[in-house]
Amino acid sequence: MKVLSVRTLDDALRALRDADPDARILAGGTDLMVEMETGRTRPPLLIDVWKVDALRGVRVASNALETNTLEIGALTTCAELAKHEEVRARADVLAEAARWVGATQIQNRATIGGNLGTASPAADLNPALFALGARVRLASTRGTRESAVEDFVTGYRRTSRAPDELVTAVIVPARPRDERRAWRKVGTRKAQSISKVVVAACVEVQGRTLRTVRAAAGSVADRTVMLPTLRDAIGLDVVRDLEAWTRVVERCVERDVSPRDDVRSTAEYRTRVLARLLTRMLHDLSTAR
Amino acid sequence: MRKNGQKETPRYVGGSVDRPEGRAKVTGRAVYVADLQVKDAWLGAAVRSNVASGILRGFDVAPSLDTSRIVVVSPQDVPGENVQALIVDDQPVLASREIRHVGEPLLLVAAPDARTLEEALAAIRPRIDATTPVFDMEASTQTFKSIRIDKGDVDAAFAEAPKRGWRVIEGTYRTDSQEQLYIEPQGCVAWPPEADGTITVKGSLQCPHYVRKALARCFGVPLEKARVVQTETGGGFGGKEEYPSVVACHAALLARSCGRPVSMIYDRHEDLAVTPKRHPSRVRHRTVVDGKGRLVAMDVDVLFDGGAYVTLSPVVLSRGCIHAAGPYRCEHVRVRGRVVGTNHVPYGAFRGFGAPQTCFAVERQMDRIAHAIGVHPFELRRRNSLRVGDTTATGQKLVASVGSQEVLDAIAAKTGIDRHPWRAHADASNALAKGPKRRGLGVSFFFHGAGFTGSGEEMLKGRVRVAVLADGRVEVLAGSTEIGQGTNAMFLAIAADSLRCSTSDVVVATPDTAHVPDSGPTVASRTCMVVGGCLAKACAELLERVGGDARRPWRERAVAFLRAGGDGQVTIQYHSPSDVKWDDATYRGDAYPVYGWAADVAEVEVDVDTMEVEVRRFWTAVDVGKAIQPKLVEGQLEGGSLQAVGWSHLEVITTRDGRFEQDRMATCIVPTTLDTPTWDVTLIEIPYAHGPFGAKGVGELPMDGGAPAVASAIEDALGVHVDHVPATPERLLRAVTRSTGTTPGSHGGTTDAGDATHGGSR
Amino acid sequence: MKAVFDEGDPIEITLVVNGERRVLRVPPLRRLLDVLREDLRLTGSKEGCGEGECGACTVLVDGEAQLSCLVPACQADGSKVATVEAADLTPIQDAFLAEGGAQCGICTPGMIVTTRAWLDACERDGTQVTWEGAREALAGNLCRCTGYGKILASVLRAAAARNLS
Repeated sequence: MKVLSVRTLDDALRALRDADPDARILAGGTDLMVEMETGRTRPPLLIDVWKVDALRGVRVASNALETNTLEIGALTTCAELAKHEEVRARADVLAEAARWVGATQIQNRATIGGNLGTASPAADLNPALFALGARVRLASTRGTRESAVEDFVTGYRRTSRAPDELVTAVIVPARPRDERRAWRKVGTRKAQSISKVVVAACVEVQGRTLRTVRAAAGSVADRTVMLPTLRDAIGLDVVRDLEAWTRVVERCVERDVSPRDDVRSTAEYRTRVLARLLTRMLHDLSTAR
Repeated sequence: MRKNGQKETPRYVGGSVDRPEGRAKVTGRAVYVADLQVKDAWLGAAVRSNVASGILRGFDVAPSLDTSRIVVVSPQDVPGENVQALIVDDQPVLASREIRHVGEPLLLVAAPDARTLEEALAAIRPRIDATTPVFDMEASTQTFKSIRIDKGDVDAAFAEAPKRGWRVIEGTYRTDSQEQLYIEPQGCVAWPPEADGTITVKGSLQCPHYVRKALARCFGVPLEKARVVQTETGGGFGGKEEYPSVVACHAALLARSCGRPVSMIYDRHEDLAVTPKRHPSRVRHRTVVDGKGRLVAMDVDVLFDGGAYVTLSPVVLSRGCIHAAGPYRCEHVRVRGRVVGTNHVPYGAFRGFGAPQTCFAVERQMDRIAHAIGVHPFELRRRNSLRVGDTTATGQKLVASVGSQEVLDAIAAKTGIDRHPWRAHADASNALAKGPKRRGLGVSFFFHGAGFTGSGEEMLKGRVRVAVLADGRVEVLAGSTEIGQGTNAMFLAIAADSLRCSTSDVVVATPDTAHVPDSGPTVASRTCMVVGGCLAKACAELLERVGGDARRPWRERAVAFLRAGGDGQVTIQYHSPSDVKWDDATYRGDAYPVYGWAADVAEVEVDVDTMEVEVRRFWTAVDVGKAIQPKLVEGQLEGGSLQAVGWSHLEVITTRDGRFEQDRMATCIVPTTLDTPTWDVTLIEIPYAHGPFGAKGVGELPMDGGAPAVASAIEDALGVHVDHVPATPERLLRAVTRSTGTTPGSHGGTTDAGDATHGGSR
Repeated sequence: MKAVFDEGDPIEITLVVNGERRVLRVPPLRRLLDVLREDLRLTGSKEGCGEGECGACTVLVDGEAQLSCLVPACQADGSKVATVEAADLTPIQDAFLAEGGAQCGICTPGMIVTTRAWLDACERDGTQVTWEGAREALAGNLCRCTGYGKILASVLRAAAARNLS
């Protein structure tokens, strides 16, 4: 195994261009170091980008097409996300999710780029990013592109990242002013745990009627998934039309997810709990003052 | 301590002595086995079976393996007996033909570095013809031990029941295995035999003399030629009672074969995969209770899964059965217990040692009875609690130091549990109109025998020595180990007060079998009561002997005594108080010299959407006889209670094809700070005449009551019987939705959370 | 499976460990934990799991609590590292002794270092030191002996000694 530590974005991209396609990118190491320790992976080359300062930083940006987007450098750690004023103000579910990744020490190393790039189905940040309509920015020597995060994650620990690409940033578009958001994780314990079910929702309501909904869940399929069936609840009043709501949630849980039994939990539990959490979450979001 | 009729106030007992090893621990200077810098040491590991049951046919060795760089030990290389000495000689050090569990050690390999070792292990594959394993303890036909306890006439009482209008209540209770999860993994370093044949092993362990005995058998040498030294040990909880003998024999065999020291330090994955865990249990209760809520008869059937080899199972079963009828008066009791063999990794010692399993069952049964007959669960316990003058299930008359009423009074005063309208507001439904949180309060009442059962302590012949050093300080020499519970500080306090000197005049020797006597193992809640008791006596005798003017400093007098030719060594062997009588054949009599008593109350909050349980507050009231060091005792009660709380709903251990599914720390879950209740500990002291300063055992007691208290609280919150620990969210959700379908908004019923299957289900 | 961390061409790294500048030549993925324990003979940081779950290996890297079993040497290069052996942890160490926050002691180095990072952060950010805050700060440090109560009491005592409330 070779290890190449780079300091600039250009060096990183050139290294990726020339590298074996099975090369892995080493960021905070909270996934990759464990994968190597367990013998699960032994890549021919590691490209260590931890010192590429260009990949750090959170800023609010505007351009001709979009205003007030949150640009989060790929190496932004969970600790930074949890504390950052702008993240808390504009993408509170992302800050909340970051606060419950592992615990203090993990949060000081786990990065948003790593979370996305590893694409574990249990990734805590991803449901929040999906629900927020976030985009991932990728760079290579061929140029830059952006992709919706839900398109970027393509399978079990698989993404659309080409072997020569590097995740450089995550972009969270400005959310509607009246949007209400929630995030919830059910783990094996209250901290330092991998999720059994993790869900995030961003909604707009009028009165108690749902106008828009973007929701996503993790640990209930081979990847983080959007929950498009919930759009069938648009136009429903959560109190008056509770029966119909309930049926939408049931359909959602039937169609949009495919949980399994694993060492942490069962498909049965995940299915039922996801339904309960969605019902409660959407209810509380819709009825909050 | 009396002298001339005057009672001296102890200076240290009852107060706070600095842990002698404390500063080293907080500055990172304490030396655990992995911290030893051993020159030229090789690394050792075992080649293990990957099936649970089979016949070993041989090994496939990759041709690329360079055998000149490694050393391999096979069963034929065992110089003494290929027996892992413990109680029964059924477990080999290295299996040569019959495979009985996943991870069974077959060969040992030593190499100069990690890479060579890893490559060697990958290159050597056992060839095993698999045979049909037995995993279901109910189906096992291999009984390791059966025990029967009879009191009165249970059958007659059951026959009377319908005529007298007495209720008969039945319940089946299950407890899953539990992992000790000491934060320091198992490990030891062994040196090659010296010219005179002496083998030396240093390691993380609770019982140096157990390891010595195992080495002596394995190497075919007398005990004195096996030297075992305990390094600072990062937690044990019973998990390092018997297993270190395995590691030590392995490392010593390799050291002998390669002529160099060999370090065998398990990584967490191996530790989780192959070391012994708590015996899973299934306990069935049938109880006759009269119209006044008094227990008339208890018929208890206890089944433990012992795993592949006997190890300590007979003793675990023994303790479990003796505690199976709970701290209750009952004229007719029958306990039938069996521990059986299966093809699981052998189960072994873990704090409580059988009692947590049977205590869970009897306490849940008490709640079941309370609910069935409409008596408050606290009142039911009070009404039936053993008191001074009562006899236990083994016919032991409780004579003294029985804090049963005091702990019940204290827990009621602290929590109001006696007035709590139990199950009155139980509601498992997750209707949206209410929030999802439901609170509950639950209680447990329990006791735990201190020391070895019956004649066990007599058979151990535990000894302690005190010796005056040249500078006048007194050295305490005992085989008891400090594993976090505070042995060192406790010995200092007892010795200093018994000698009427300062703790700076006392030093506790490192447990090194070459220098300290066998005080018996550091288990069974005996270290303070039994060994500390011997220590107090030894010091009292030494004080007598040294004599001199009590106003002069101790060291001065001790040095003068030595100079005058005095013998500064006193050895005391433990003798059971003469009024303790036990019959091993009939299991009748005084099972333990004395019991610790406790009552717990747990407050939980359950999220009915997810069935996550949060234990918010936990009260425990405990009669410890005498708290030699109250802060250390609290530490034991809080730590032990958290292990019980974790077991109650969080710590999942399951097996698949005989392999533990939780084989990494990421999946082997124990409580974090955020899973921990706030503690409220009430120490009650009802002195035990034969314990040092009145002390009796406390280490295991807290493990017994936490799980049933939490289960009782969950039942209060949700209205479901919780009959199986851990009461995981998956089990609770299944129980709550069982009879009501899966729609989110519907009400939960009052069904049982017991599972028909065991072990594999979550 | 630790041999994987010995792979790759050795690199030179510079660390300031407990105030002392150290230059070493190590494989790039060598875990900071092993650099400390084996190369620098600072055995105070402990390996409880090797997979980033128990917190016993916690050290301060540029003031932040990090798991040294997950930090490779190539990334630690250039950092200031503080371990439990650092001289200026005495007030926290005293607090743990006074409150009974250490039983077997294996988790204690990690607890003390994490405590130091948190108290420093509280002081820097003006955050109030509370029982709840301490719980969350130490949630990544497992202890099997104490039940955590006396550990949290030790943290609060150490905070009081620093006049943090």
